[in-house]
Amino acid sequence: MRRYILQRLWQGIILLALVTTIVFFLGRLTGNPVDLMLPEDATEEDRIALIETLGLDAPMYKQFGIFVVNVLQGDLGVSHRYRRPVVEIFFSRLPNTLKIVPAAMILAMIMAIPLGIVSAVRRGSMIDRVSGTIAVLGIATPNFWLGILLIYIFSVQLGWLPSARMGTPLHYVLPTITLGTFLVAGFMRLIRSSMLDILDSEFVKLARIKGLSETTVVWKHCLRNALIPVLSLWGVFMGGLVTGAIVTETVFAWPGIGRLTFEAVIFRDYPLLQAVIIMDAVLILLINLMVDILYAYIDPRIRLAE
Amino acid sequence: MMRNLPWLSVGIIVAMLFMAIFAPLISPHSPIDQSLPEKLIPPVWEEGGTTKFILGTDIFGRDVLSRLFYGARVSMIVTALALLVGGGVGLVIGIVSGYVGGRLDSLLMRIVDAALAFPTILFALLLAVTMGQGLQTIVIAISLLLWARFARVVRGEVLAVKGRDFVALARVHGCSPMRIMATHILPNVLNTFMVLLTLHVGVVIVAEASLSFLGAGVPPPTPSWGLMVAEGRGKISSAWWLSLIPGIAITLVVLAFNLFGDWLRDRLDPKLRQL
Repeated sequence: MRRYILQRLWQGIILLALVTTIVFFLGRLTGNPVDLMLPEDATEEDRIALIETLGLDAPMYKQFGIFVVNVLQGDLGVSHRYRRPVVEIFFSRLPNTLKIVPAAMILAMIMAIPLGIVSAVRRGSMIDRVSGTIAVLGIATPNFWLGILLIYIFSVQLGWLPSARMGTPLHYVLPTITLGTFLVAGFMRLIRSSMLDILDSEFVKLARIKGLSETTVVWKHCLRNALIPVLSLWGVFMGGLVTGAIVTETVFAWPGIGRLTFEAVIFRDYPLLQAVIIMDAVLILLINLMVDILYAYIDPRIRLAE
Repeated sequence: MMRNLPWLSVGIIVAMLFMAIFAPLISPHSPIDQSLPEKLIPPVWEEGGTTKFILGTDIFGRDVLSRLFYGARVSMIVTALALLVGGGVGLVIGIVSGYVGGRLDSLLMRIVDAALAFPTILFALLLAVTMGQGLQTIVIAISLLLWARFARVVRGEVLAVKGRDFVALARVHGCSPMRIMATHILPNVLNTFMVLLTLHVGVVIVAEASLSFLGAGVPPPTPSWGLMVAEGRGKISSAWWLSLIPGIAITLVVLAFNLFGDWLRDRLDPKLRQL
């Protein structure tokens, strides 16, 4: 298991190095870095100071060295718009994102696990068809539009729920549903298909022959195994979750990292965008590592394979 | 082959292609000319709507229906180019990686793993800021999202084909690896490739719409469905049609392509079901 974890950690570090390199070269090669790094109203002194701190008159490899050292020291520059160190801004926004992402994931689990199991056990039944339709619709509906649709129905027409920003617990409802829908659809399809495989396997037949109740067979023997693919395909969901967080926070003016990413794009705030991407890569690396450990813990085939 | 064809999906897809191809002929108005006196007119069935603007007008007095038609065009062009570039690169890398094998294969698959592990939207946004918005940027950005998925599946398929007798025979016959890959391997993975293409149309349309929505897509005033949703967002309480109509278009088209893709997969390549 240690070897597996170390291997995954190593892969994560390579990815992080790759992301940092790409961020650096895209910033240097596609335009004038001085223009990218400074706000439009910067003075001549600002320009000279920036050229000096980033070593922009030095050869490219030296500039890259300076950049890497800065990144390792947590110095990713100053935002044009907020005139504050970008890392500081990132950490001030992070808690807000960490308030809705887990909520959306819990919602997705609560919906997807029972629905996925029931539609596998009662294949072809009404519930199976209804949840299949929900999944297909959930995947086809773009997150940003779903958010706007929910605002239209629940805030504009019915007036039940607030449409933007944070505050009361009611403010969490629409963003959570918006972000969770994509996950519900994906999880549900995955749990259903892996349940179908498992229900057909030898150990389930044995459990039935032993005379275990159907509830024990399904919920105890099958569920644990059905959850493994959800974990192993985690990376696929991660991409969707990041996209989902960006558009959901944008739609609901939720002051988290997703909204910050959008602001960086809209205001062409390159230092901010660069920092968000690198910090996101670090976060994703940590989360993936935790998922890998959990995966190895749940599935002995991974833990014991050397 | 025609049995159980999802007719509704096919109908929506054909309608979308028709809108995209004939946009200049069927649009009642210009998609970009502004007319402020005629701004925010609701659709014809709402109070205050006129038959002149069937789906109403936006904040600049532009005809929503015409913008919808031209938006279909932008969606289709981006989708076709991104699938061509991203899918094509993935196909080539998948074939080479699978056929050549060894160190090259493990190196390429490591890169694929890395590409799949990182949310490509962040690179897409980075590209939009550094290279500037435009068709080229968005096609590159979406291709980055696609190539790794294609490469992985195609490689798996190549590994299965490679062990078959006719490939060994070709090798004994003295065919060069290039020739074997092009004439013996490629035709045998084309089915899988076609299924992958159809299954990813929806992915590309949503990606394009999402990037446009975030201000990193095709620059305004070119009408794109995602941009239309974004522009109408602030007016949701007074002019619902601005955001909701293009959103319905996106959802319907993506739904149609996904259902059609599922059908094609079941017909041509049922073992891809896990995708």
